Amino acid sequence: MERPLRLITANPLDRLARTVEALLVVASAPLTLAELAEAADDEAERIEAALRLLSERYAEGRSGIVLERVAGGWALRAAREASAACSRLLERPAQRNLSQAALETLAIVAYLGPCSRPDIARIRGVAADSAVANLLERGLIAESGRDDSTGGAIRYCTTPLFERVFGLDGLSQLPRLDDVGADAEQIRHRLHTVADRRSA
Amino acid sequence: MIVRELELDLDAFEGPFDLLLTLVLKEELDLRDVDVAGIVLAFIERLAERHELDLEACGEFLVLIAALLEMKARGLFPEEAAELAELEPEVAAEELARRLAEYRRMKEAAGWLRDRLAAEGDRYFRIGPAPLAPAVETPLAPQEPEALAAVLRLLAADPPQVSLGHMALRFPPVAQFLERFRSVLRRRSRFDFDTEVRGLDRIEQAVAFLALLDLRRADEVTIDQAAPFAPIRVARRPQENVVRSTQDNGARDERTVEWNARSA
Repeated sequence: MERPLRLITANPLDRLARTVEALLVVASAPLTLAELAEAADDEAERIEAALRLLSERYAEGRSGIVLERVAGGWALRAAREASAACSRLLERPAQRNLSQAALETLAIVAYLGPCSRPDIARIRGVAADSAVANLLERGLIAESGRDDSTGGAIRYCTTPLFERVFGLDGLSQLPRLDDVGADAEQIRHRLHTVADRRSA
Repeated sequence: MIVRELELDLDAFEGPFDLLLTLVLKEELDLRDVDVAGIVLAFIERLAERHELDLEACGEFLVLIAALLEMKARGLFPEEAAELAELEPEVAAEELARRLAEYRRMKEAAGWLRDRLAAEGDRYFRIGPAPLAPAVETPLAPQEPEALAAVLRLLAADPPQVSLGHMALRFPPVAQFLERFRSVLRRRSRFDFDTEVRGLDRIEQAVAFLALLDLRRADEVTIDQAAPFAPIRVARRPQENVVRSTQDNGARDERTVEWNARSA
């Protein structure tokens, strides 16, 4: 549905939409509905309506600016069609050159977090120190308290930046990984065969 | 130097290194009781006695001691692998399968993240400091503006002039002592310098001495001192010499040369 961009309109919501728009422009991180409502000094339901209006206005393909729901809030970003130009202007240290080790560590923290370095090392079978330090530096994970059991090891969880970089509204949007596939059964079968041979 | 023959004298073991290794390998000696640092010390002491570096022995020792340390570490901190080894084969296989499955799940999740990053990589957004961070408040006790004004007034006032009087030494003019000595010499033909300046302070005495030297230079007096630190005796020169010296500069120069040569 194509609709001309109307900056001035009789719609009573339009004034509020302009306020929300302004708040989103000055914010450097996603704003939650509650934050928007408090800053705009209006009701959450009306803010939601204003956001719907803005979402329509700032949709991919309609504007260079896109309004998106991300990391538990609302934020403006550049349109995808401008990404090449943006890449010539900006560095993106948070997501550039993420190694396999870093991605695996990130996955463990995202799915099982908060978890400690020993937890990560136990799953990956190798020390997690450098991968964790790398992700910390990128700001994709952050410290989140200490373990009660294993000598008070520091525990880590993912940051809102992680959700933003990966375009997630929250960790609940991560896909379920219960079905590992048929080869898991196959591995189990082979291991049992070896076990039988040893006990025999 | 043969490492295996290294004699050890430890709490838990006494004898050659070779025997220690054999006993450890046969599990007749618990490595947990062996002081590995003691073995290293014994080796270093033996090495120091020889005055030359036996690289072959060092290499062999490093390998052996590293193996020993690893075994001891494993003994002190039982690994999960060891825990697994103690399990029944079926249970161990199940535990291994569980861990492998967990790792596979995480590997798959990492793959999903990689794909997601590739798909969402063209989303550019502004990154800044934490949103709505509470403003840092610097607590400041309530202040009186008048107090600030008073302090500013204090700062604006000219600082008091600092007196430098104590730094300057006051020298009495040399001429004062010239006159004094001349008047003394008019009354009597000789005087004792020390007696004359007694009671004056050090600076005045020094200036008086300068005046005396001046008189000697003008050939008005002769100076005499029996020994170092002995009283300085000053005598009046015959009057005609003084007159001549003031009239005839050339002659005075000659006498100066003569006096210099004599004093030398």
